[in-house]
Amino acid sequence: MPVATKDVLRLATVGSVDDGKSTLIGRLLVDTRLLADDHLDAVAAASERRGIGDLDLSFVTDGLRAEREQGITIDVAYRYATTPTRKLVIADCPGHVQYTRNMATGSSTADLALVAIDVASGLKEQTRRHLVIAALLGVRALVVAVNKMDTVEWSRDAYERVVGEVVALSTTLGATSVVAVPVSALYGDNVVERSARAPWYEGPTVLEALESSDAGAWERSRGSRLPIQWVLRQPGGGRTYAGLVSGEALRVGDAVTLLPAGIETTIRSIRYGGRALGEAAVGLAADVELAHETDAGRGDLIATAPLPRVTRELEATVCWFGDDPLELTGGRLRLKHTSRTTPVRVRAIEGRLDVGSLEVTDASALSTNEIGLVRLACAEPLVVDDYREDRVTGSFVLVDATTHATVAAGMVGRPPFATTRR
Amino acid sequence: MTALAPSPTSSGLDHLDALESHALYILREVVAECERPVLLFSGGKDSAVLLHLAAKAFAPQGLPFPVLHVDTGHNFPEVLDFRDRAAARLGARLLVARVQDSIDAGRVADPGALASRNRLQSVTLLDAIAEHGFDAAFGGARRDEDKARAKERVLSFRDEFGQWDPRRQRPELWRLYQGRVNPGEHVRAFPLSDWTELDVWQYVARERLDLPSIYFAHERPVVARDGMWLAVGEFVEPRDDEVVEVRTVRFRTVGDATGTGAVLSSARTIEEVVAEVATATISERGATRGDDRFSETSMEDRKREGYF
Repeated sequence: MPVATKDVLRLATVGSVDDGKSTLIGRLLVDTRLLADDHLDAVAAASERRGIGDLDLSFVTDGLRAEREQGITIDVAYRYATTPTRKLVIADCPGHVQYTRNMATGSSTADLALVAIDVASGLKEQTRRHLVIAALLGVRALVVAVNKMDTVEWSRDAYERVVGEVVALSTTLGATSVVAVPVSALYGDNVVERSARAPWYEGPTVLEALESSDAGAWERSRGSRLPIQWVLRQPGGGRTYAGLVSGEALRVGDAVTLLPAGIETTIRSIRYGGRALGEAAVGLAADVELAHETDAGRGDLIATAPLPRVTRELEATVCWFGDDPLELTGGRLRLKHTSRTTPVRVRAIEGRLDVGSLEVTDASALSTNEIGLVRLACAEPLVVDDYREDRVTGSFVLVDATTHATVAAGMVGRPPFATTRR
Repeated sequence: MTALAPSPTSSGLDHLDALESHALYILREVVAECERPVLLFSGGKDSAVLLHLAAKAFAPQGLPFPVLHVDTGHNFPEVLDFRDRAAARLGARLLVARVQDSIDAGRVADPGALASRNRLQSVTLLDAIAEHGFDAAFGGARRDEDKARAKERVLSFRDEFGQWDPRRQRPELWRLYQGRVNPGEHVRAFPLSDWTELDVWQYVARERLDLPSIYFAHERPVVARDGMWLAVGEFVEPRDDEVVEVRTVRFRTVGDATGTGAVLSSARTIEEVVAEVATATISERGATRGDDRFSETSMEDRKREGYF
């Protein structure tokens, strides 16, 4: 009975519009027979109704009416598939520049980027933008499907030209693993079934590359982090502090510091769902009791050494999603970081990241979907790590204080690959 | 780059613990950020799991929000029994908003005694949300159910008309769920977003959760209609050309009794259901929901109107 626990790989598709991301996911699910029969029938019926052949594989994930009418992906679709060796959580992301915010949404929780590139057109600016955003978000493992190989008669030269470009960029961006595969998603070559059309290729299929990838839990740092979400009152008058453990596991007896107050204490007990535990693993929504009485509450953070820093001033990298540009004199903003929300001001816009040259150039404003370096001043102190050290305590969003819309994704620190032009 | 390798000291989480923890985190986050949350409870398996998770998230205290059942009036009696039993066990404050009241008040037209009231529920739900001033409503919807749900955020913004606009969803980065709204607007929160039907049943098995008996195989008079087996009873009468047969069936979903089909099954225990679901080749809504067959995008259309 396939009930055993399997390890989970979260992947997001990355690449430019029309390079075949949705078709690739459709092909992957159809050829692994991981798509329900009625869903496949519905895709076939929808394809026929629109007069586009037997089966438009992109309809497997492009489920909105507007997406099917226009033949594009507008927002992320999540699909869940269990192969014989692992569970896949697939975020099929849009490629259009105007939907970059949705691509960032899908990539922010991914372990691996499945990159689709049209072999005939090579690395487009939009693909570069996506690779840069995925790298900023900390996605370091890539599986690159060099797609539409049928349109270049399976030319090895064409394939290797694209692979050379993407490997060079990914290396600069700090990728730890890049596996390239020549595919035709449309015809199913090298996605699940090995193709006979590229005898020169001896590497894995896309599915094999996903199944064997060791991209896994990225939540790490040296030190445990427990941002307090909620205080639970225990019978007899005690209090426990609930939150999701990040960084490394937290154990009973650990010496901890309550921040930003700086109170040193120890973990007296740990509970999960009412059950006592000796250790709370990373990702567990545990509640803990501290040895000392404190007035800790939501927004505070319990940490083990090395401690995060407490600051009201942040140097950060932001992807701006607002309709209006980010300016020093723009609308009021709030910042949400872990479980703390605070009013925030933009002190300085230090530059804009050019996704082509990876240079930071002077800028007085950031337009929609631009990436920039900013200095922020918060009304309340935050307890932060650099994003490269911890994806939980290093990340934040900016929120329009009037509409409550989420207008930016923020990462504490500077991207290591950015160079400054003076 | 060692900076991204999993920490050697952290033991990996079991996948059900990971799903459960994520759900507890979402429940706590919404309760902390919103003024007046409510949990939508149909008595189905997903909302039963959700209610169980809500109790865990805030134990040893009680639920910090009421529970709302939008009652189509077309119920399976076993489900109503379960609803009352589950709410009473947790000491939850149970609110019931009746589609019949919306019909009587002229808010919606009566489609007739034997027609599905599924789509009408949106009006009853939005009226209840407005009446009580709820700014967040937890639901048990899962992304694996339907292609429109597959597109929805964990926290899904609704404007003052209760509409979901799939082209203007808020970005949702990392696990920074952002639930603030202006008066009259609300969010739907879906803690089970990343759960599949199989995950739900594995969790039911692990936690030994109580569920309505109709989820398990039993004998029942049914008629074959629209490729489904419909339970003959108060809300489904056999038509002239239909033959009533007694079959061993179970329900994979629970909805309006006029349009929820049963599946042929011999799975009488939780473990047998887990095994059945693990090998199913038809999705749960495909097998059991008449509502989703009207058009290619019926779920999207209903969601735009404010459906669950």
